Amino acid sequence: MLEIKGLTAGVEGKQILNGIDLVVPSGEVHAIMGPNGSGKSTLSYVLSGRDGYEVTGGSASFDGHDLLEMPPEARAAAGLFLAFQYPVELPGVNNANFLRAALNAQRRARGEEELDSVAFLKLARAATKKLSMANDLLRRNVNVGFSGGEKKRNEVLQMAILRPKLAILDETDSGLDIDALRIVSEGVNAQRGPDFSALVITHYQRLLDYIVPDKVHVLARGRIVRTGGPELARELEETGYASVLAEVA
Amino acid sequence: MSTQPLQALAGKFADAYAARAADPARALAAERFRAEGLPTPRVEAWHYTPLAALADVALAAPARDPAVLAARIPDLGVPRLVFGNGRYRADLSTPPADLAVRTGAPAWGVLPEGLQHHLVALNTMFAEDGAEIVVPPGTDAGVLMLVHLATGGASHPRHAVRLGANARLTLVEIALGEGAAFHNPVITFAVGEGATVVHTVLQEESAEAIHLATVFAEVAKGATYDSFLLTLGGRLARREMHTRLAGPGAAAHLNAAQLLGGTQHADFTTDVVHASANATSRQTVKNVLAGHARGVFQGRILVERDAQKTDGYQMNQGLLLSPTAELDVKPGLEIYADDVKCSHGTAIGEIDPEQLFYLRSRGIPEGEARAMLVRAFIGEALDGIAFAPVRAAMEERIGIWWEAQQAS
Repeated sequence: MLEIKGLTAGVEGKQILNGIDLVVPSGEVHAIMGPNGSGKSTLSYVLSGRDGYEVTGGSASFDGHDLLEMPPEARAAAGLFLAFQYPVELPGVNNANFLRAALNAQRRARGEEELDSVAFLKLARAATKKLSMANDLLRRNVNVGFSGGEKKRNEVLQMAILRPKLAILDETDSGLDIDALRIVSEGVNAQRGPDFSALVITHYQRLLDYIVPDKVHVLARGRIVRTGGPELARELEETGYASVLAEVA
Repeated sequence: MSTQPLQALAGKFADAYAARAADPARALAAERFRAEGLPTPRVEAWHYTPLAALADVALAAPARDPAVLAARIPDLGVPRLVFGNGRYRADLSTPPADLAVRTGAPAWGVLPEGLQHHLVALNTMFAEDGAEIVVPPGTDAGVLMLVHLATGGASHPRHAVRLGANARLTLVEIALGEGAAFHNPVITFAVGEGATVVHTVLQEESAEAIHLATVFAEVAKGATYDSFLLTLGGRLARREMHTRLAGPGAAAHLNAAQLLGGTQHADFTTDVVHASANATSRQTVKNVLAGHARGVFQGRILVERDAQKTDGYQMNQGLLLSPTAELDVKPGLEIYADDVKCSHGTAIGEIDPEQLFYLRSRGIPEGEARAMLVRAFIGEALDGIAFAPVRAAMEERIGIWWEAQQAS
């Protein structure tokens, strides 16, 4: 379970999150929607531990761990996964080696046995097939020369292999055509279960037709200003963010 | 900087030389050396690489038998020629059965023009031994190791490699040692028509050693000289590569990776002459610099007037792991033909924080993530090494280097 209380944070002295309160129980998928500049990406980076973001108050815990005290790799080993809005290219790093290094680093951190290359490749091939990805994607350098859609699929592939307990999807729908959107959503839905929760950050309701959330939160000016069911997403799609922003102004 | 200690050292070399037997080549070299001495930073080609440290070199013969280092020679499962402090060591060598290799009195190769280089002149004055490797036309000589073990003093081995038409050889050159040795090898390659030389160098001299190597390659029509240097060792190191693409369709690859830490200084200097049409040269040079290390890359591509359709490319990339590391780069193109494709590029940076975060966000600890990014950076240069055992040996040494940097 993810529990965020009164979280304030910013970057370069500018406060962006103005007191976030949010609970995502195990097994639930929550969506965070909001206009540009409302703090959606900042929230995902603060939760995953990116340098340069300063937490000025509040707390964030995950399954009893104080997230904000942990380096990014420890958060990952504890089960947190961030699907990047802009996946990073790693020239010279082979995708399969990268995935195996990540999986085994997490397993080591949790005191589990590492996977050998044969067992890993079997796992990776199966996951690749499920996501309708070309096999050569494992042999290529991480995200180098990938199309926008391939990069997003590669994020979901990593998630499928690392099997996090909490996934934060930061605008995973941006740059995806409708077929890719469907495949990526199926990849996320396949993870759903009592031990998996997700925070789906998006600007548009479209993604939420495929990944149906248990709850929808509206983020504006660094605060959650409304919470509702999936119907809230459709309401926003019709009325836009202006009405919500007017309410809280 | 005072050049007095260098002058004093040059004087010591001159005195030592006076006691030697006369030889026309040596005499010419000595005449040259007496006039020019050792290069100071005022000599343009040596501007970034002062030789002041050379003044600390003891010329006296070392006490330890270099055989004590033989166990450190990587086992690549191929024949090897081993030199210890500049002398051939038959007891440590396993020469190839089917290849003409002569050791003993040096084969001079590039004289007299080579003597314009200070260190070649010095080598010519003192070289006592060297390997002369001759591969007959149409022969694939496989892989051969050329090893130098140093325990101190000054060594000036002089090697010559000649390939007949359509012959092939992979030469794995390895230099390793202990203590404050000065190693000043000269190697000349004559690559016959359609022949291929793969020259892979692992330089892991001791942390106090000075390694100044000069390599000449003359590449005939349709022939290829393909070289890769991995520099890990030495307090002060420089490798000068003089490559002449003499025939149409000749090709040269001069790739290097220098991984330095502490106060190490290493210089990779290349001079590629396109003397004939349709020749290709490729250079990928990577410097990874930690601590107070200083890397130097100087690369000149000279395209002569008749060398039309030349295709020359030079890429230099530096990764600075500390704010006190320094990389000096001096690329140069001199083009006298009008229909050529020639370019160079330089990129110097630090580890990308975005890439580092991406790896860490997947659970990879920071140290391992940094190591992955450094390996990825060098990988492109290593990818060209086809002989798997030497590549594996280099990967292993790189791993050890990285751990040493983490610990320091």
